[in-house]
Amino acid sequence: MSTENYSAAGEVSQVRTRRTWLHRMWIGLRKAPLTAWFGMIIILGYLICMLFAPWIAPHGEAQVFAIPYAEWSETHRLGTDQLGRDIFSRLIFGARNTVGIALLTTLLSFFIGGGLGLIAAINRSWLDQIISRVVDVLLAIPSLIFALMLLAAVETTTPTWSIIKLIIIIAVLDSTRVFRLTRAVALNVVVMDYVEAARLRGEKLGWIMRREILPNIMPPLVAEFGLRFSFVFLTIAALSFLGLGIQPPTADWGTMVRELSTFVNYLNFDLRLGLLAFIPGGAIALLTVAVNFVVDWFLHQTSGLRDEH
Amino acid sequence: MNSVLTTVIQRLALGIITLFFVSVIIFAMVSMLPGDFTQAVLGQAALEETVEAFRKELGLDQPAHIRYFQWLGGVLQGDFGTSFSGRAASGIDRSRSVAELIEPRLYNTLFLAAMTAIVAVPLALYLGITAALHRNGFFDRSISTATLVSISLPEFLVAYVFIAVFAVLWGKFPPISEIRPGATFFDRIHVSVLPALTLTLVTIAHMMRMTRAAIINLLASPYVEMARLKGVSQRDVIIKHVLPNAWAPIATVIAFNLAYLVIGVVVVETVFTYPGIGRLMVDSVSSRDMPIVQACGLIFAGTYILLNMIADIIGIVTNPRLLHPR
Amino acid sequence: MSTKSDLLLDMRNIEIEGFSDERWHPIIKGVDLSLNRGEILGLIGESGAGKSTLGLAAMGFARPGCRITGGQIMFDGRDLRSLKEPEKRKLWGSRIAYVAQSAAASFNPAHRLIDQTIEANLIKGLKPAKEARDDAIELYRALQLPDPEKIGFRYPHQVSGGQLQRVMTAMAMATRPDLIIFDEPTTALDVTTQVEVLLAMRNIVEQFHTAAIYITHDLAVVAQMADRIKVLRYGEQVEEAETRRMLSDPQEAYTKSLWSVRSIQKEESTSDDYVLELEGIDAAYSRSLKVLKDVNIKVPRGRTVAVVGESGSGKSTTARVITGLLPPSTGSVRFNGQPLPAALKDRNLDQLREIQMIYQMADTAMNPRQTVAEIIGRPLEFYHNMTGRKKEARLSELLKMIELDDSFADRLPSELSGGQKQRICIARALAAEPDLIICDEVTSALDQIVQEGILNLLLNLQKEFGISYIFITHDIATVKAISDEIVIMFQGEVVEQGLKSEILSPPHPDYTQLLLSSVPEMDPDWLDNLVADR
Repeated sequence: MSTENYSAAGEVSQVRTRRTWLHRMWIGLRKAPLTAWFGMIIILGYLICMLFAPWIAPHGEAQVFAIPYAEWSETHRLGTDQLGRDIFSRLIFGARNTVGIALLTTLLSFFIGGGLGLIAAINRSWLDQIISRVVDVLLAIPSLIFALMLLAAVETTTPTWSIIKLIIIIAVLDSTRVFRLTRAVALNVVVMDYVEAARLRGEKLGWIMRREILPNIMPPLVAEFGLRFSFVFLTIAALSFLGLGIQPPTADWGTMVRELSTFVNYLNFDLRLGLLAFIPGGAIALLTVAVNFVVDWFLHQTSGLRDEH
Repeated sequence: MNSVLTTVIQRLALGIITLFFVSVIIFAMVSMLPGDFTQAVLGQAALEETVEAFRKELGLDQPAHIRYFQWLGGVLQGDFGTSFSGRAASGIDRSRSVAELIEPRLYNTLFLAAMTAIVAVPLALYLGITAALHRNGFFDRSISTATLVSISLPEFLVAYVFIAVFAVLWGKFPPISEIRPGATFFDRIHVSVLPALTLTLVTIAHMMRMTRAAIINLLASPYVEMARLKGVSQRDVIIKHVLPNAWAPIATVIAFNLAYLVIGVVVVETVFTYPGIGRLMVDSVSSRDMPIVQACGLIFAGTYILLNMIADIIGIVTNPRLLHPR
Repeated sequence: MSTKSDLLLDMRNIEIEGFSDERWHPIIKGVDLSLNRGEILGLIGESGAGKSTLGLAAMGFARPGCRITGGQIMFDGRDLRSLKEPEKRKLWGSRIAYVAQSAAASFNPAHRLIDQTIEANLIKGLKPAKEARDDAIELYRALQLPDPEKIGFRYPHQVSGGQLQRVMTAMAMATRPDLIIFDEPTTALDVTTQVEVLLAMRNIVEQFHTAAIYITHDLAVVAQMADRIKVLRYGEQVEEAETRRMLSDPQEAYTKSLWSVRSIQKEESTSDDYVLELEGIDAAYSRSLKVLKDVNIKVPRGRTVAVVGESGSGKSTTARVITGLLPPSTGSVRFNGQPLPAALKDRNLDQLREIQMIYQMADTAMNPRQTVAEIIGRPLEFYHNMTGRKKEARLSELLKMIELDDSFADRLPSELSGGQKQRICIARALAAEPDLIICDEVTSALDQIVQEGILNLLLNLQKEFGISYIFITHDIATVKAISDEIVIMFQGEVVEQGLKSEILSPPHPDYTQLLLSSVPEMDPDWLDNLVADR
């Protein structure tokens, strides 16, 4: 018998040094691969463009100059477009509009889908059944096709309303996927004994959601936010490219690609002009690549943590 | 066999029910149009009786559910109604039936999709399985990064890169995919190469990543370790132990990506002005030609539902638990 | 006996590393292992001791994420470490075979059992298909599988767990290997099934004079199977000895501690004052699936009632009925003489407080994102409205009661050992100041020495505060250690209830007899005696 010299406190356990949240993040960052660093720097750059567009851009978003198709110069670094608007400035403002609208849409989509998903996972009654079946039906229609149909059916008169219409349509359609994921990950947490323990203690639903479930489903939701954002961003860019999304005179990358695409055919004659369409197009691609790199690293991190247990 | 049959029938029934609800939603879209849309279609100068006749033709004087079943009845017989365009305020009606407009374009789109799928599906499966087998090796890492970049690219950007390189600089393929009447099979292929290439690149990345994930998942199962410890060779582990269980996930991957093709087609056809239903739908959305939008939406959604249903059924009939019930 | 040619396997100074947390950690730190032809070596140790890793290394195999970094593995004169994969593959399945823990997952769901049984024979070209198939049927017969001619033509999901485990043994035996590695083959089985499987495995290994490494954490099981026992801990050898000597005269303190749980003996006592009375409880998860049938259980105040049964006996469902998670369809629950509302939502704060629960897996019973102080502090706030300094003082008191100290207060569950986690769960239950604690298999996921600490702690708390326990378990040794009364359940019904001494001494009803006799004892002759008795 070894009870005499046995002590519970002395049991070996993997005691890690206590670190602040910030410190842990820094350690994680230091180990991040090159692709993730690249992604984070790019995202930061876009955020700066988005927040400080009016100060960075040399000209106004819809300011029209006398000469359309102007050459590259000091005043117009990338020249002007068919209406005589400064392309460089529109590119900067495009960050604010295209990225901003996509971000707003994704946030709205998470608000709707995440909220309903959580409720459905905890409630598991007729409410869950109804929401889940509705989502099944909505997901049976490809989202871009659904968006096209809704855009055709709902008529708006002002540019502001058309942007709001766009945001709501895409957010609602996208929230179905957020709902599915939130519900699935939350269900994995709801069956945990600590949630049952909280219920047995007599805790209210709100407390269980906020304190027991939400903190434990954050990592997959954060990763999903990145993925959904890329998807929404590409969808809105595609719709704008088709002429059905963000409407002129609002500067937007998808629209700019469409407007500048005719010059691609002159590539043999004027390289600068021919390549113009690839600048807004590249701006779209670069951001999604950056977000995907960061999400990929983040997923790797969090799934690595799971493997430990 | 019985439980397989019941499960398949259940899945078919589910597909039909879903299709029914989808058709209701698509039908209901017209009801969201503002009340005076007939005026908008016919123009401000439309005569009272022209508007009235048009409304009657659309059945707007009848309650919604009756209109729905009339519409559905038509759709089931291939009659999608009449296009809004070609109507004039004067009452002269040069509009064409939706079915007539869609048919040749649907054929073109299917041609493009088939051309893409024939290349993309085998290639993606091959790359995905190879990457999974050499997990974390050089090939796997480089192809994972490459596909990650490729899924991040907007389709239209890829399309313009191909146009710039293969059409403008090299001049081998047309930048615009015009299908002239009387075009031969090879003419068709020639004009479809660039759109098909674009679609291949955007779908292959998704498909390859999903295949890789599915195979890695299977390789991690204890029965694969058991097979290795029985001395089964690497090749036989894949053929005899992994593949028989891989049909369901692979079918899902393929269906998902063929469905993804359906979406990609809309943008790619517009870039190349390819005469398919994707472009038709975009044009009709711009001109708010609702009967065409509805028909295209129904075709796209129907394809999507059908593909997913086929994948599920493949999963059901290859599931040993259902094939050999207790 | 041991001449040089008798030596089948000789592993020297084996070192194995595993990859986690972005770096390589040692799993096996220089262990020697040798085995003669026809000999059975028991490899015993607690979770994380590295026994499975060492067992697989005997085949020259390392799981993905592991690598053999040092030492020599001589199998019948050949060094497995220097062999290339295809060379080793020739030995695997023909001269060395493996029997895995989870039979259900280790059979390919797409193929018939017999095809998997004879696969190694066919790919090595050892026997033609017809002959191999006939031989497999003979093996099934020898392993006492029901309907040996036909069972092979079924698919894995059509056969029960105990039968699958025997089919897997037949699969390993199909090529008449020199060595079989048994990796916890009976851990997932119920005790009554375990006995049959053990017996079948031992007989067939004896019959063909096959050498074996038998990996398990259960000393009583290994005592029946092994000629020699090697004890591992933290990737190192603790001691090794011939089975009888190891059981009668362990040398190392750690080895002695493995025996210790059996040394707790609680004096039974009873009382007429019942804290909980279940009367005529029927319960069902759905209309067709009735899991409890007319269950009557009484729990005397300040005593421990052990509810014993195998999986599917309804013991966990009984706990769900008591806690209100599953309201019974008929019958009543009385608590402290008062009727208790059937559903959780109808119970008031005091009723909720008085019944607390401790779970089997402490890992999943604590929110991984909350610190110990938050976990134990919540019931203090919730039931007793304690805040600030008062709460802190009580927290510190509770930590002391579970033999931990204040330094644990701001740790997260992932920074605790298994035993410490379970102690925190006990403290959380104590914080509510309950009359009754339901302990659901609270020690079965823990290592032996830790189990003993937890059981002692629970007994002391009972003495001090007069708490009553319902102890749900399948482990008879634990029951003997801590209970006053025993309830035996089988397929949703109570077979027997009474004082420990009454239940554990004959005469028994049939099922109790079967259950009690199936529990392996730390006696190498137990299995033989059992066979003689039955």
